[in-house]
Amino acid sequence: MSDFDPKTARAQVAIAGARGVTAGVLSDQPRKDVVRNGLFGSLLFLGIMIALAGLALLVGDNLIKGWPRLNMDLLTNGTSSLPANAGLHSAIIGTLWIMAFVILFIVPLGVGSAVFLEEFTGKESRFARAVEVNVQNLAAVPSIIYGLLGLAFIARGPLSLGFTVITASITLALLVLPVVILVSREAIRAVPPSIREGSMALGATRLQTVRRQILPAAIPGIATGIILAISRAIGETAPLIPLGAATFVTYDPSGPMSGFTAMPLVIFNWVKQPQEEFQVLAAAGIVVLLAVLIAMNSFAIWLRNRYEQRW
Amino acid sequence: MSELTEERFRERAEAPGNDAGDGTSAAAGGSISVQPDEFHHARDIGELEKVFELESLSVSYAGVPAVKEVSMDIYKNEVTALIGPSGCGKSTLIRCLNRMNDLVPTAEVTGRLLYHGEDLYGPKVDPVQVRKLIGMVFQKPNPFPKSIYENVAFGPRILGMKGDMDEIVEKALRGAALWDEVKDRLDSNAFGMSGGQQQRLCIARCIAVEPDVILMDEPCSALDPISTGKIEDLMMELKREFSIVIVTHNMQQAARVSDRTAFLMVELDATEQNRWGRIVEYDATEKIFTNPGDPRTEDYVSGKVG
Amino acid sequence: MQASDIAASGPAAMKPRLEAASPRYGEKITIALLAACAAISVITTTAIVISLLVPSVEFFGDVPIKDFLFGTDWGPTFTPPTFGVLPIVVGTLSITLWSLVFAIPIGIASALYLSEYASRRVRRIVKPVLEVLAGVPTVAFGFFALVFITPQIQKFWPGFLGDEPGIFSALAGGLAIGLLIVPIIATVSEDAMSAVPNGLREGAYALGATKSKVAARVVLPAALSGVVAGIILAASRAIGETMVVLLAAGNTPNLTLNPTEPIQAMTAFIATTATGDIATGSITYKTVFAVAMLLFVMTLLMNVLSIRIVRRYREVYE
Repeated sequence: MSDFDPKTARAQVAIAGARGVTAGVLSDQPRKDVVRNGLFGSLLFLGIMIALAGLALLVGDNLIKGWPRLNMDLLTNGTSSLPANAGLHSAIIGTLWIMAFVILFIVPLGVGSAVFLEEFTGKESRFARAVEVNVQNLAAVPSIIYGLLGLAFIARGPLSLGFTVITASITLALLVLPVVILVSREAIRAVPPSIREGSMALGATRLQTVRRQILPAAIPGIATGIILAISRAIGETAPLIPLGAATFVTYDPSGPMSGFTAMPLVIFNWVKQPQEEFQVLAAAGIVVLLAVLIAMNSFAIWLRNRYEQRW
Repeated sequence: MSELTEERFRERAEAPGNDAGDGTSAAAGGSISVQPDEFHHARDIGELEKVFELESLSVSYAGVPAVKEVSMDIYKNEVTALIGPSGCGKSTLIRCLNRMNDLVPTAEVTGRLLYHGEDLYGPKVDPVQVRKLIGMVFQKPNPFPKSIYENVAFGPRILGMKGDMDEIVEKALRGAALWDEVKDRLDSNAFGMSGGQQQRLCIARCIAVEPDVILMDEPCSALDPISTGKIEDLMMELKREFSIVIVTHNMQQAARVSDRTAFLMVELDATEQNRWGRIVEYDATEKIFTNPGDPRTEDYVSGKVG
Repeated sequence: MQASDIAASGPAAMKPRLEAASPRYGEKITIALLAACAAISVITTTAIVISLLVPSVEFFGDVPIKDFLFGTDWGPTFTPPTFGVLPIVVGTLSITLWSLVFAIPIGIASALYLSEYASRRVRRIVKPVLEVLAGVPTVAFGFFALVFITPQIQKFWPGFLGDEPGIFSALAGGLAIGLLIVPIIATVSEDAMSAVPNGLREGAYALGATKSKVAARVVLPAALSGVVAGIILAASRAIGETMVVLLAAGNTPNLTLNPTEPIQAMTAFIATTATGDIATGSITYKTVFAVAMLLFVMTLLMNVLSIRIVRRYREVYE
């Protein structure tokens, strides 16, 4: 870090900045400086407080608006066109079914990709480079486009699986796969090369080294990535819309080939209803969804921080 | 057998006592603090079995040479030291001996390297099989993030070694002079051990798979003097069973533990852009430190350069 | 010559076996399977491109590409249909613009505060909270914009700015998306700022510079490319955001950058039109995919740009 090249443009900018500071220091009156310094710090603090206040308002507003409907009925009532009888039951079952298959897809595919890219390809491998570029770009594709992929390729077209749980699962799995791959690669890369060398020097094959040493050591990081990916998948609405979100599912989804519904979809439909009671329901539903997601994210972040400084 | 001449043969035959620890020898004093009677007298090479035969071995990384044209023989049940200034390719050279350099995609090895008469870089040779026979201990202790027991048991398990695992682990830990210190806490994490203990654990891990050769790449450079002493004592024990090659930047250590020493130096090309290591002298340790044949070796071991 | 005890014990030269004990087919198969996993990403990209490209090409058989890209009248589901995509592109850009106006200062201030001012303890609490903000589902942001931000804007609207926004406006959507992308700008910028070598800071401090000067004139310029990369990434996220615009910005194609007007964004058009009952092969279906193709290209270009910039600053300091 300390030996940086003074010829680069960025270094020039930084040096110019430092020079400006020096000139400023030598000319300014110290008193003005103290005031300015305090003002600038407060401004930055204000910025971050606005961001945090936004989050607090979002949570608080939903909590207050949804409070009248935040009870067990919300979780046990099924879908209904009457706001008094409507609840999240079918949606929760649907989300659980969808997530079960999402996990089934992303764990082997995500971890497998990450292991392959980190351990079995050289820097020069064209295939590895192609995959890497693809993963980076897939991470930035708008989620609604995954919905169109699901519509054209999975629900209809080549796979023709219909508007089912499995279609939703595959679509969401493809959407969050880049997250799993990127985070898992980071976790694998964080295992020091000395562990790899120690294992190989004992006559272990590359695969034995990966399975017995690298993966166990990288599990906390990989688990973080998987939890973050699942929580992202649980909250996604847009990609499900082209997959038949408008369908009014009044039954509990019962398997991979069953019609599907999911928590964010039901909330979205509630928001769109004109009746005031549905707005209350939507707020209550959002509180439930937020509680699940914040719990998952917090656990993932805790997991990552807990094991971050191991080496 | 590169640099040993007839004459040197005769010299050694006349020297009294061939066994390690013989204290009666009275060779000319070297300029370093090691006393001549501390040397292990290298045995006559005529009786020794060759483990490695290097014939103009060169290594390059991405086309840039790191070591050039090394020729030397390494013998069974001896400690062979590679010394020289940093950047002279000692580590590169030792990593060729168990094909660890294969893990660096850009590394290229030319020349011949025979192991018990077989080409180590032959087309049918499997690097994994090679590393089972030729173990390695690294510069920085690198225990696995597991219990002490699991660290030692890992090798035997993956190699499918038969026998009672508890016995194998105990034997290896005893072999590394670590058993008495850890026998009550085999299940605790290896990261909780001191640096010296971790390094002996790595040695135990290595001997648990019963290799033929142990390569040590500056095994004491990260350790305190007391831990270093323990590892040096251990090496004296280990050479009864194994052949040992050690890279060290510590000349006293080379003088204390090794039977034979190779001195490598850095060479620059005409443009001074590229640098690589080349072997200057390889001989019995006693000879290298007391009566080196090359003035450059003398300068180095006497501390004039380095 | 004296016989040596140890060396003499094993003169029968051992012949080591250096070939592999088994061909290890299992290992080879496993590695092939891992490669197949990695190939899924390539297959996904290919599938996305094919699924967008095929209907788009058919679409441009029916509608001239010039009329599509430069037409100012968007009404593909009306009779007679019109296919000028500009109003919804401008709608998307308007939303993106207003979200960035909000998110850039907040995001950069948060990053500078975290990297230069915050104590370790504050950082350890605030950073995870920002990550939680990034994990809030977008439908919640959409609802928040509709039932909280819009009423507040209407309540506090200063009269001299003209008519107050209605129930749907680019401003409400923009603010909600702004809140949603603050964590992206903040985390990417903060990464770049913590990659600035400490020597630069210490040099300035050694000359008696105040914290604010170091932050504003040394750290920020040195981390600028990282900050820019974060902004581009955030903009690409804003362009692709669906739920907020769908719920809060309206569904009226409107060729305007005025934040108080309702608009229709590209994503909102896709989400309202491509529902499960859309007929494959109809002109509406093809229109959806043509819009999606345009959206895909826009976000792809921005992503490639931001990756380039990030890679450049990594090379400088690592």
